[in-house]
Amino acid sequence: MSATDTSTTKESLRGSGRARRADPIFRGLVLVAATSVLVVLAAMIIRTTLDAWPVFDAMGFWGFISGQQWSVGHSRSEVTGTYGAFPFIYGTLKISFFAILAAVPLAIGIALFINEIAPAWLKRPLASTVELLAMVPSVVYALVGIYFFRLYIWEPVGQFIASSPLGNLTFFGPPVLLSSYWSAANILAIMILPIITAICRESFAQVPRDEVNAAYAMGATRWEVMRKVIVPRSFSGIVGGTMLGLGRALGETIAIAFLIGASQRWAPQLFFGGDAMTSVIVNTFADAAPEAIWALLAIGVTLFLITTIVNVLARLIVYRVGQFSGDAAL
Amino acid sequence: MEQPRTATEPDVPASAEPRDDAAPAAQGGMPEARIDDAVFDIAGLTVRYGSFTAVRDISMRVPRHDITALIGPSGCGKSTLLRSLNRMNDLIPIASTEGRVLYNGEDIYADWVDPVEVRRRIGMVFQKPNPFPKSIYDNVAFGPKLNGFKGNMDDLVEESLRRAALWDEVSGKLKDSGLSLSGGQQQRLCIARAIAVSPDVILMDEPCSALDPIATLKIEDLMRDMKEDYTIVIVTHNMQQAARVSDYTAFFTVDVDDEKGERTGDLVEFDTTERIFTQASDQRTEDYITGRFG
Repeated sequence: MSATDTSTTKESLRGSGRARRADPIFRGLVLVAATSVLVVLAAMIIRTTLDAWPVFDAMGFWGFISGQQWSVGHSRSEVTGTYGAFPFIYGTLKISFFAILAAVPLAIGIALFINEIAPAWLKRPLASTVELLAMVPSVVYALVGIYFFRLYIWEPVGQFIASSPLGNLTFFGPPVLLSSYWSAANILAIMILPIITAICRESFAQVPRDEVNAAYAMGATRWEVMRKVIVPRSFSGIVGGTMLGLGRALGETIAIAFLIGASQRWAPQLFFGGDAMTSVIVNTFADAAPEAIWALLAIGVTLFLITTIVNVLARLIVYRVGQFSGDAAL
Repeated sequence: MEQPRTATEPDVPASAEPRDDAAPAAQGGMPEARIDDAVFDIAGLTVRYGSFTAVRDISMRVPRHDITALIGPSGCGKSTLLRSLNRMNDLIPIASTEGRVLYNGEDIYADWVDPVEVRRRIGMVFQKPNPFPKSIYDNVAFGPKLNGFKGNMDDLVEESLRRAALWDEVSGKLKDSGLSLSGGQQQRLCIARAIAVSPDVILMDEPCSALDPIATLKIEDLMRDMKEDYTIVIVTHNMQQAARVSDYTAFFTVDVDDEKGERTGDLVEFDTTERIFTQASDQRTEDYITGRFG
């Protein structure tokens, strides 16, 4: 009796073998999927860096990123031009900075309004509208920017600022061009608004309701609850959203190419035209000689470096804030 | 605590008022009596969430400088009633309130009343200890800072922590996070935080339900000390707790309407805790107290 029991148990534990045959195949498939990502990434980095190498070699890395002159040569085999990418790096950082400066407070405001203030019937439509902004293709933003915003809003506002006392500062000084750092920064701000708003809303919603209620129960007004509890508590989320927005701003191409003015020199003024890293690539790639293509690839590599640094910094900030609010006074 | 009472008072609604000690229970209808000094005079209070009626037609008076316990089975609306006393229900968009809640004679639901001011005078301690992720000091200073407190903040923090019987345990580590404390200490920190804005009434929504028995007893001791200075209204699931700390007890029940599938909270009986627990006048109260339901 007991012998039968043992053999039955043994049989049932052995199973059909079905799982053992299928598992290695499945495992192999997901492994291929996972490694392919790494392979593609590595191939991109190696290929672009190798192709860009002659330019880095000729200019020196520092010379490349700090050089202010960009004059393209026409050789197929060697570097004959001068490639200083500073105007483009400057342009990218400048418009991204101003886009963030405009978009973050606006996004926080929108997120607070939707989450904390808007009546129930307005929340959903408002949130959907903001999400819809994220779905508009960037070339549409580019067109609307060219045919509407810059003519009727950005240029007039720029003129107003330039003719105000602020205009005495070189930075805000005239002339005010239609296509400028200012126009590019504005379109960027609109484009990155949805992602920052979405992340802010999410982190606001995650603030424990207990803490919010505690503040209300001590006689805090709605504004005080938002300012002293919800926003400070969501700091890491706001930083995270900002960095995601910054990542998108740094990489945005077509709207910038349309609106920044495509002047390959840098200008200290905000309302003057310039160029950015992405826009110079897309604007000049088509009729570039091989050595100029190497130089554009070098810009690509540099842009990739910058976005990597931004991402690492963002993660560090979020991580440290997370640790801090867990155990110490904020 | 014992106030002079008379058997019948014509100016008092005849619903669930504490009856006079001298009045015989079998008077017919709901027994009634008078609380001379009431902080809250609630009359015909109905709270709805959307179309759902959470509590219906509640009338009772809450005595000053006493502890009043609200007890009853889950879903009987005792927390809803508590939250309507400092207009915390306003924060729920679909909540609506009918009837009146007189606080020191003024209807806190009147048009001209600012709910923020109501909550400054009527503080609240929640079910789960909910200190801010700030230092112990900043937790207590939070409310006074909001209200533009001008005096010596260090003194106020110390005084509030002393009143919450927490000072001796935290005096050396005021800069530590409030979250580093044990659950019971966190709850006393929340009490200190509520005290710091000098409220008149403190509402407690099952303040001990997340605490162990030792921490619970400490909070109960603290409540008895606090009633010198504050009026306390406490919601509790724990009948022993109501019996131990409260002077008055209101018993609520759930009225289930099977046809509509609705559950509405009703006030069954309000009396001195002693009477509720020894000679309840309503059978449902007695059944609940003796553990026959709920």
